[in-house]
Amino acid sequence: MDAFKSWIARSGTGSILLLALLIVVVFPLTMDIFRLNLVGKYLTYAFVAVGLVMLWGYGGILSLGQGVFFGLGGYMMAMFLKLEASDPEATKIQSTPGIPDFMDWNQLTELPLWWEPFRHLPLALIAVVAVPMVLAFIISFAMFKRRVGGVYFAIITQAVALILTVLIIGQQGYTGGVNGITDLRTLLGWDIRSDSAKYVLYFVNAGLLIGVIALCRWIQMSKLGTLLLAMRDKEDRVRFSGYDVAMFKVFAFVLAAGISAIGGAMFTLQVGFMSPSFVGIVPSIEMVIFAAVGGRMSLVGAVYGALLVNFGKTYFSESAPDLWLFLMAALFIGVVLAFPNGLAGLYESHVKPWFARRKAPKAAPAAVEPPAAPPPSPSQKSAPPAALPGGVQGQSA
Amino acid sequence: MSFDEIYNIALMQGFAGLSLFSVLLLMGLGLAIIFGQMGVINMAHGEFMTIGAYTIFMFSSLTETYAPGLMQAYFPVAILAAFVIAFGFGWLTEWALIRHLYKRPLDTLLATWGLSLGMQQVFRSTFGPKEVSPTLPDWLMGSWSPSEGLDIPINGLFVLALTLLVTGGVLLALYKSRWGLRVRATVANRAMANATGINTKRTDRLTYAIGCGIAGVAGAAFTTIGSTGPTSGSLYIVDAFLVVTFGGAGSLLGTVASAFGIAQTQSISEFFMTGSMAKVLTLLLIVTILMIRPQGLFASKIRR
Repeated sequence: MDAFKSWIARSGTGSILLLALLIVVVFPLTMDIFRLNLVGKYLTYAFVAVGLVMLWGYGGILSLGQGVFFGLGGYMMAMFLKLEASDPEATKIQSTPGIPDFMDWNQLTELPLWWEPFRHLPLALIAVVAVPMVLAFIISFAMFKRRVGGVYFAIITQAVALILTVLIIGQQGYTGGVNGITDLRTLLGWDIRSDSAKYVLYFVNAGLLIGVIALCRWIQMSKLGTLLLAMRDKEDRVRFSGYDVAMFKVFAFVLAAGISAIGGAMFTLQVGFMSPSFVGIVPSIEMVIFAAVGGRMSLVGAVYGALLVNFGKTYFSESAPDLWLFLMAALFIGVVLAFPNGLAGLYESHVKPWFARRKAPKAAPAAVEPPAAPPPSPSQKSAPPAALPGGVQGQSA
Repeated sequence: MSFDEIYNIALMQGFAGLSLFSVLLLMGLGLAIIFGQMGVINMAHGEFMTIGAYTIFMFSSLTETYAPGLMQAYFPVAILAAFVIAFGFGWLTEWALIRHLYKRPLDTLLATWGLSLGMQQVFRSTFGPKEVSPTLPDWLMGSWSPSEGLDIPINGLFVLALTLLVTGGVLLALYKSRWGLRVRATVANRAMANATGINTKRTDRLTYAIGCGIAGVAGAAFTTIGSTGPTSGSLYIVDAFLVVTFGGAGSLLGTVASAFGIAQTQSISEFFMTGSMAKVLTLLLIVTILMIRPQGLFASKIRR
């Protein structure tokens, strides 16, 4: 029993369950469907943030191009939905019925070949995850095998984000251009715009997110997670120990890309459109700040970060749009200068010791030690970070 | 179409590339100093350029209102002011923000991105969301036609001359002045530079500020060929980083070569396809070459 308890504490199952309780039970009970749909949209960004925790917090690789993978996933879902929405019956007023409306507007007379696979849902679903992962593999394999990392990698990923945005906007006839792919209606005949569908999609999204977090947590606790951390801190030592450092980095990048793509696909399903404004440089960097606010080492924190920043964005851009950008600026600078470990770091350094202090007198009424020092707890998690060796600091859920 | 016409079009297209080259190089030069020499990822670099552009706009509207007689002469003074103001802001930024983050380059990136967001909003509140352009003096208008059918815009020539002047100045300063010596010593080996009595903190601040000042001059050059809006700078920031990375960080000569290559690729391919496809092609080329040769065109021999 004790072993089980310590496993629970170490794995952070408690915090994941708490998050699950919040998004699966509390939010649906307290919010109307409009707000719940909004939260669902924010939670799709949380996928990207979770991916960044694995990539940036654990792997030490900062990517400024996560919007690329989010966008690719979203676009591929949108392509399937768009083809379904533009059957010959619904588009008979076009000069070429049966192709998406924006293609018709751009004088295309037949569906491009690379749109064909998206007529089938299984193929589309595979592509949603596979295409971003393959792209991520190509980019990261080429870079990491040549030991390019850090800043240069960030700049290259940013350039990729720019390329994809310019390409999507420029190739209006094939991609819908700056408006994106809009007017999506049904998924296999099931109307995704109805309230009941929004509820179902919200729960699917929440379930996927919890699943992804659990998977990432499992990776973090495995030997692989420890290796990622070790690589982040002393890359050369890991390399000299005989590990292929580049392939571990590629793994982290591909994993983050796949997770982001799932988020993108869920975004399209819940919001009903996809546009290049979720692909480019600005959204990609904003997604980094979600992870930074939540705490770059904390999977659960990333979700809270995404929720908090987006609530703030929605609230302030409605009531005081001028103020919002200043707040965003302050958030970026503040998180970097004052709270490098984000909300999760604040929790670890302030809230937890406070709890421990409150608990201490009850557990040991005749304690001789001064109450300021929290009693050492059996779990590794609540040990003060300073006592850990540099390599494992901040390893918590 | 006769051979002469094709020749003229090719010359003019090449010259359009030279204008782009000027802006890219001026942006890249400042960044080559800040990013290439110091290793600071300054995402707010574009906004320092915008500061320079708005300075020119302010000078132009002030001169127009209070001293219309001086309209022909304000421009050189305004360029100097653009440098000084951007330099000052750079100095302040380094003191308030950058110096705390030298050990964490990726965090600098986020912090300066935040800074750029804040600066954009300041521009928007001060100058409005619309794009503005200064009234340029008459001698910058018009074009120079050395032969029949060949028109070379004078503002383009002016920007090119300014770029060459600034580039020469930076090269000279970096390799012939005491400041340049201190910068190169600090980059090569910080601890040793400190031990020989170089105040590395002061050198850092001065270097950062000079880089920002050059961005201000880039903004001044930018006003002669385009109009300025709050987000003008951010359009060039990725290109500027690619120019520096592609040229090889730490190599000023590489920055010049890569700015030239990128600008000419872009402007020549614009002749054959749409502007956005030309941009995609150029960026793809750069990214592919960087994947094959990550150290850039001219790798610096500095040990890191």
